[in-house]
Amino acid sequence: MALPGARRQSERPVFLVDGARTPFLKALAGPGFFSSIDLTIAAGRALLQRQPFAPEEVDQVIMGCVMPGIEESNIARLAALRLGCGETTPAFTVQRNCASGMQAADCALRAIQRGDSELVLAGGVETMSHAPLHLSREMVTWIGQWNSSRTVPARLRMLGRLRPQFLKPVIALLRGLTDPIVGLSMGQTAEIIARRFAITRTQADEFAAASHHRALAAQQEDHFGEIVPLFDDAGNFIAQDTGVRSDSTVDRLARLRPAFDPEFGTVTAGNSSQISDGAALLLLASENAVSRWNLTPLARIVDVQWAALDPREMGLGPVFATTPLLHRHKLALRNIDYWEINEAFAAQVLACLAAWRDASYCKQHFGAEAVTGEIATERLNVDGGAIALGHPVGATGARLLLHVARVLQRQQTKRGVATLCIGGGQGGAALLERD
Amino acid sequence: MTEQNWRNWRIRIDDGNIAWLLLDVAEQKVNVLSSDTIDELRAVLDQVQTDRPRGVVIASGKSSGFAAGADISEFVPPPPAAQVGARLAIIHEQFDRLARLSVPTVALIRGFCLGGGLELALACRYRVAAKDDPATRLGFPEVQLGLHPGAGGTWRSVQACGPLAAMNLMLTGHTIDASKAERIGLIDRAVPERHLETAARRFIQGESRPHRPPLLARLTGIGVARPVLAEVLRRQVRKQANPEHYPAPHALVELWRQHGGSARTMLRAERESFAQLLQSPQSQQLVRLFRIQERLKEAGRSERFSAPRVHVIGAGTMGGDIAAWCALRGCRVTLQDRGAKYLAPAFERAHKLYRQRIRDPRARQQTLDRLMPDLAGNGADRADIVIEAIVEDRDIKRALFAELEPRLQPEALLASNTSSIPLEQLAEGLSDPSRLVGLHFFNPVASMRLVEIISGRDTAATAANRAAAFAVFLDRLPVPVRSSPGFLINRILLPYMLEALHLVTDGVPAPVIDQTMRRFGMPLGPVELADTVGLDVCLSVARILTAQFGGEVPAILEQKVVQGRLGKKTQRGFYEYRNGRIVTAATSGASGRDAEITDRLLLRLLNEALACLREQVVADADLVDAGMVFGTGFAPFRGGPMAYLRSRGADELRARLHELSAGWGAGFRPDAGWDDPRLWQHQQEGPNE
Repeated sequence: MALPGARRQSERPVFLVDGARTPFLKALAGPGFFSSIDLTIAAGRALLQRQPFAPEEVDQVIMGCVMPGIEESNIARLAALRLGCGETTPAFTVQRNCASGMQAADCALRAIQRGDSELVLAGGVETMSHAPLHLSREMVTWIGQWNSSRTVPARLRMLGRLRPQFLKPVIALLRGLTDPIVGLSMGQTAEIIARRFAITRTQADEFAAASHHRALAAQQEDHFGEIVPLFDDAGNFIAQDTGVRSDSTVDRLARLRPAFDPEFGTVTAGNSSQISDGAALLLLASENAVSRWNLTPLARIVDVQWAALDPREMGLGPVFATTPLLHRHKLALRNIDYWEINEAFAAQVLACLAAWRDASYCKQHFGAEAVTGEIATERLNVDGGAIALGHPVGATGARLLLHVARVLQRQQTKRGVATLCIGGGQGGAALLERD
Repeated sequence: MTEQNWRNWRIRIDDGNIAWLLLDVAEQKVNVLSSDTIDELRAVLDQVQTDRPRGVVIASGKSSGFAAGADISEFVPPPPAAQVGARLAIIHEQFDRLARLSVPTVALIRGFCLGGGLELALACRYRVAAKDDPATRLGFPEVQLGLHPGAGGTWRSVQACGPLAAMNLMLTGHTIDASKAERIGLIDRAVPERHLETAARRFIQGESRPHRPPLLARLTGIGVARPVLAEVLRRQVRKQANPEHYPAPHALVELWRQHGGSARTMLRAERESFAQLLQSPQSQQLVRLFRIQERLKEAGRSERFSAPRVHVIGAGTMGGDIAAWCALRGCRVTLQDRGAKYLAPAFERAHKLYRQRIRDPRARQQTLDRLMPDLAGNGADRADIVIEAIVEDRDIKRALFAELEPRLQPEALLASNTSSIPLEQLAEGLSDPSRLVGLHFFNPVASMRLVEIISGRDTAATAANRAAAFAVFLDRLPVPVRSSPGFLINRILLPYMLEALHLVTDGVPAPVIDQTMRRFGMPLGPVELADTVGLDVCLSVARILTAQFGGEVPAILEQKVVQGRLGKKTQRGFYEYRNGRIVTAATSGASGRDAEITDRLLLRLLNEALACLREQVVADADLVDAGMVFGTGFAPFRGGPMAYLRSRGADELRARLHELSAGWGAGFRPDAGWDDPRLWQHQQEGPNE
């Protein structure tokens, strides 16, 4: 496991100075008005515009994105140029599935720790509504052969080989949400750990209803100051996450059918995260940059930890990533003032909490490093989570970091953790502190 | 390699024996085809005929562009027709020689190529132009000066691209880019800038094939097709422009109809027609206005203020459209209002404007990226200019300024788009009132070119100059105005509109009044104008201005407002509207009262204009004319109200005022300004009237 507690002591501190995100837009029928780069620009330019330094001062731009559009390869570079960071500002895009936004922040963190950069714009974006439909492999093969058949008889023969089923599109989003190693959809992995820790349907629905309830209250109390409104070309504006429902109750949620394991399952569309479009951007700075520009950091990003586990139990990723992180910093669960655990699925978050409560499970997996205990609900996802707000996969990691920092600031408390599970069987966790 | 230099031309013969002939007109920032330049062309062509190079490439020696048209200053005042004819004959002779050179000739076009410059290019055998340079535009703007091409362009453009495309180009005066020019056959090849020289060489070496106009375009020009097509064109032009107001387009169609079959007669007729148009009062006024525009733009060059950061507060019709326009012109703009719902309509209008104006989707994206919503108002902290366009309320504006001022950059300009509140009142409470300037745009911002630059008592000259430079950067025309109620345009326009409403009260139907003034040359009649502006707005301006300057608000205006009939925006005002169009049945034909109506309306306007000049609201009569033409669309071919005054004669008009004041009251009492001829006489060297 990560040895280098000592090495980390000598590294330069890194501050989360500010951040902004777009509203998360629930994917409806068809692609949304805004592309990934549009959303990135909307959040990024508002963020940069309120800084005391010019965009050219940014040393690099790092973005996380799982499925950029076909005209958006290395979307970070497009963002750097369109945001006015200048032609000489390098930029790259990272992909760690649901944690891509957090991975981008981690890359920024390391660059500043090492002394490579002073100011980094990092974040994530996803427009899941823009996920493409692909032609089937059979169809692509057929088109290739058609293009190479030059004569009329050859073309007629090719026409004879065309089959209706060739036209059935491959839905990239569904493929992306299915683990190709174990052949399970993400929802089914949640079913597996729900079963393992005996999470009931009612518990999951209660958790989901609470997520909406908290998100709604937070909207009403203006706790989403990180959101930058979006304007379209038809006189509409969107100033809040569009997936939050005021009518989400346990009773109504109970009526939904299981979405992944028919009939007997626990996981429904109502107690899962939503498919959304959105971007979240963070500004990370070294101590030099903070004093040079007289910045007021939200929090210090102390450390980030990655971990991996059985892809069939990917939902327990937060436990696997957070445990060594806390152990290294000699912290217990109760030392963390606020938590953001991504709500991929209600049952999955509840399974994580159950795992931490289960001393023998922790002992078995983490041995001497085990950290066990209870996370109080009033310290967890206080303003709702992905079940209500949405989960644009590339963006979520950055959103969690930003929001936990803002909650720490609001509550004037010290420590926060943002953590998420990652499709393919990984977990990521970040520790933030305010002085 | 040999070189030879003249004053305005240079020839360099390269290793391949190609002559590169560079046009670089002395003592000019842009190439204009002055008489001097044309006279030298004779010697240049003599030289070419002696040297017998393999081919000639004509290009610009300036970075600013290929060539603009003729040197307009040579036409002011217009020389006698015979002299013009003689001048044109020389140009034609040299261009014909160029066209008949035995070696191939190529015009290499980078940057603008307009009017006479395009005619020079058309006299070459081939033309290549840069397609990736937005400054490369080709066209015949002569019609905007009441003229048509006069250096062979009417013949050669039709030969190059067929009558329809050529006529379209010459009749509209619009410019086109290289790709479009290639499509219609005006040039042979549109290439990326990096290949211009190579392309020119290939044409001379005979390795590139010239562009041919499409078959249909060639057919429409010959034999029986011409009179038919000419008739169609004639009808279209008649619909677009009244021949009494704008004779040039009609003359152009007629020229082609009669002589389009023969180069020799068409070229001769072109010279005669051009010389004749040049003498017309309409053209003289349009040329004069063009020169006033140049003067206004020149005034905006005393300060550098390009692509500033702009912060606009208030996203209503004016604020939102000003912000969108600034971004279109290249400024980085933040647009602030109290809530997202106030910003959203402004972004919708901006999207619409950009769809209309910007064809390249990437350029459109970049423009949208420059226009940023800013609910928190952070943009003010770093802006070079902050434009206030919030509600017309003195106290609210003052409160805003008080909050704003400490956050501004030390050099930042503070501008208000107020249309009625004196600047001195807004400046009260500012710790540095010298930076406050009025920047009064007109609606719709994207099409009204006038901006009143208003200086209050404390406004620093540099602030006003910077505001003017900013307006020029925005491709608007800055008219410096001293702060006083209504400033210039609203103050002059209001008595005219109110008088129209008095006429309505007296029983003259609104359509009769409006049609009379359209026949005079206004784009919109005064009653329609009132409906378009909004009767509530008219009433509030009327109250402010009548309180200041006397006169009475017509009761009918108050009634309409009380009834909630506010004009176009409520579908009902003096007219009824459906989908923004008048549905009330229009009466047609002359009323027989044209002269009376015109005099009553215009004399009120002129009387107020003289009052403004007497009070030195603006410096001279040309500014009044420019303001009214570019701010309200006042009949451009008449040269504006002061030019109209001069053409009618001050004595006659004053006599009419006395007559009218007997019947229609104090509004017609001649202003003291009528006694001072210096006020209404023109300041520039202008046409003799």
